[in-house]
Amino acid sequence: MAKYRLNINTKKFDVEVDKGTSLLWVLREHLGLTGTKYGCGIAQCGTCTLHIDGKPMQACILSVENYANGQKITTIEGLSEDCSHPVQKAWIEAQAPQCGYCQSGQIMQAVALLEENPNPTREEIKSHMNSVLCRCGTYMRILDAIELASKNITEGV
Amino acid sequence: MNVDKSISRRKFLKSSSGALLFVGASGLLPMVVSCSNEKEIQKQLKKHQLTAWVQISEDGHITIYNPAAEMGQGSMTALPVLFAEEMDADWSKVQVEFSPQETEIYGSPGWNPTTKLMFTVGSRTTNSYYNVMRKAGAQARFVLLYSTASYWQVPISELQVSNSIVIHDKTNKKISFGDLVPFLVMPETLPEFTNEQLKISKDFKLIGTDVPRTEIPSKVDGSAQFAIDVRLPSMVYGVLERGKLHGSQPTLLNEAEILAHEGVLKIIKFDYAIGLIAKTLELALATKKLLKIDWSDSPATGYNSQEIYATYEAMAANDDKGKVKIEIGNVDLARQTADKVYSADFKNDYVYHAQMEPLNAVVQVSADLKNAEVWVGSQQGPDAKLGVPDLLGIPPENVNVHLQYLGGGFGRRSMNDFVEECTLLAKEIAPLPIKLIWTREDDVTYGAYRPLSLQRIKASVDKQGTITGFAHSVVGDGGNLVASGARNDHYDIPNQFVEWRGDSHGVRLKHWRGVGHGPNKFAIECMLDEIAYEQQVDPANLRRKLMAKSSRALATLEKVLELSHWNKPTTKGRAKGISFVEHGSLGTGICEISVDVNTGKISVHHFWIALDAGVIVQPDNVKAQMEGGIIMGMSSVLNEQITVVNGVIQQTNYHDYPLLRMQDIPDSIETTLISSSEVPQGVGETATPMVAGAIANAFFSLTGKRLRHLPFTPDRVLEVLNS
Repeated sequence: MAKYRLNINTKKFDVEVDKGTSLLWVLREHLGLTGTKYGCGIAQCGTCTLHIDGKPMQACILSVENYANGQKITTIEGLSEDCSHPVQKAWIEAQAPQCGYCQSGQIMQAVALLEENPNPTREEIKSHMNSVLCRCGTYMRILDAIELASKNITEGV
Repeated sequence: MNVDKSISRRKFLKSSSGALLFVGASGLLPMVVSCSNEKEIQKQLKKHQLTAWVQISEDGHITIYNPAAEMGQGSMTALPVLFAEEMDADWSKVQVEFSPQETEIYGSPGWNPTTKLMFTVGSRTTNSYYNVMRKAGAQARFVLLYSTASYWQVPISELQVSNSIVIHDKTNKKISFGDLVPFLVMPETLPEFTNEQLKISKDFKLIGTDVPRTEIPSKVDGSAQFAIDVRLPSMVYGVLERGKLHGSQPTLLNEAEILAHEGVLKIIKFDYAIGLIAKTLELALATKKLLKIDWSDSPATGYNSQEIYATYEAMAANDDKGKVKIEIGNVDLARQTADKVYSADFKNDYVYHAQMEPLNAVVQVSADLKNAEVWVGSQQGPDAKLGVPDLLGIPPENVNVHLQYLGGGFGRRSMNDFVEECTLLAKEIAPLPIKLIWTREDDVTYGAYRPLSLQRIKASVDKQGTITGFAHSVVGDGGNLVASGARNDHYDIPNQFVEWRGDSHGVRLKHWRGVGHGPNKFAIECMLDEIAYEQQVDPANLRRKLMAKSSRALATLEKVLELSHWNKPTTKGRAKGISFVEHGSLGTGICEISVDVNTGKISVHHFWIALDAGVIVQPDNVKAQMEGGIIMGMSSVLNEQITVVNGVIQQTNYHDYPLLRMQDIPDSIETTLISSSEVPQGVGETATPMVAGAIANAFFSLTGKRLRHLPFTPDRVLEVLNS
């Protein structure tokens, strides 16, 4: 067991786990931040997507010790206090989720895209979002939601 | 009075404050608890057996209980909308919670109308609860009217309700549901409402409008709770190693070594698996990898899925009849008098559910082993307590099932093997709560798949080009898992025959979205296209003629032809294909595809659907179901395949069981909903089974080649193109 201090959603969290424990299990089972989901454990499905210093990463393959050095970890819980992030608002307007399980990962992946490229083309969206699977088949609405969020962000709505 | 049955309700009462109104239906006398005193509520609960559909607080908030599982299909909104419609409730004040899992109170009519079920399967939820919810809502409204009449001393017939306000025109008085709470009184008898007394569709205010889904905000901020998210004090973790050969029995070779790991609490042996319990999830998972297990042979040993088709072809050719599923007229006679007989075989490999939330449960058994709490995402079942009482040898009322959101169901979560496993672990570690997690690898390799099958269709056509006989032989494991969905109720074919010829391979099988409809509609719709081509008839005209006596089906065909501009030329390098599916609702779909002849990759550019699902409760949500159904259909038809070699499942995770990703979505999926005042029919499984036929028929139109084996992977497509 080793002690780690994590910077998650601008707060400090202390945790004592074995070296090599995945960031996903630390968040979900040790810290109770369960918005980030487990889907495959091998970075194939993207349901565990979060941001490390603003970049989308898949938490299931990240070892905790490599992300306890002050890196800024942002999870779905840190996106807004009240569903007010433009991407979250667009997601609601598009009625995108079905079962909802992959949607935290979808949203975190989409937020990273729009932060880097607020006005992506449809092909850029598809390419960027390709890493997150949805079994319910909500892709059409995810695309709509991202285009809507992009419009609202670029128009300053 | 049955004290035990009120346990779960007492729990949610404790979490509430303010005044409470319970209105029951289901033939039991409803009871009212109107007070804000916790002790009084408890006293009332002790007096009466309550049934509970709705709760009103003095501030006007209304909580309606949803009896169905929510797996993304929208039950958390559609069912409460039905209730609120008849209650004339102000929807902006409505909150929705899951009902307790008590079938007698919250069930809807089962397959046999006299039975009750809480079972979210077969696209039955809106259909089976349509009248249950509306009648319960009407009864709630009646209690409110009765109470107002008593309070104001006016005849009940002079009262009206709109948007949570009761109005008496003559005296110009108004009172809101919330303000009425202190004056609630119960009628001596509560009227049972008939279907005729409920609102007719032109009076609907909520049904048919796009009420946003109630649980969606919680699904965009990460707060929606799935069973896998449940955490309890002192909770421990369980995993099972089940192997890759279904039915194989394990012998653990290094038990002492495993138990020596600090934090490993117990090893539990199952017939088919080795279970272990550890203090942390990461330890449980790491230790699972260290298990040294000797696996026995099983009934699946020696089975090779891709070689079985030769056997199935021989079985289909056998002169003996299989198990007859449908026999209308005489197909043999039709064949003898036919001008032409067409025959073709269609095949489909195994597919896996791949719901995004791997199977899991949290269970806590009390120290005396007499009570259990269960947190689970389940499609429920014939036993609302999911088999837990029998496993523990305790009465059903001692088991509390806390239904959580399902991270996908698709039929997999109507099998509660994971709940049973977790219960058995919890019993061994009682009273500690335990979370059982299946890894994705567990979920894939110990899956329960849609069966592999072969469909042989022989169709007879007379000199006028009329299809006179349709004989459909289904060969495969799993009975109705493969043989369902082969009926042609909306095609006017005088002689029809469906039979099943069974085999058994020891591979676990289960309902998978659409069940037999997937393979069977593929076979039927492709066969019809082949006949149309041979008879030199437009496939749309062939179906038009077959649907002549089914005006509702025909309307979906005509509408989708119009929507897709069927008669106009398609963009060069693309072609359209058509397919019809009935699965409660009736839908005709048309897709437009292209094929990369170098890689064999099929791209679907557009999908158009016209759907008749009776009364549409939530139009936008029905469209979402069509979109999702098409995407899942495309994924399975173009990519998905479980294969078995010497009984061993070959796929393990998403890298070798690829699902459709965003780069492969169509440019559009357009759905037109046909207006109807008929009882709503399920929509969750109508779109998925239309995909294979539509794509294969479009492929023929484009290339002149027939795709007859699912999935249409690039390799298979190339093989067909080069044949």
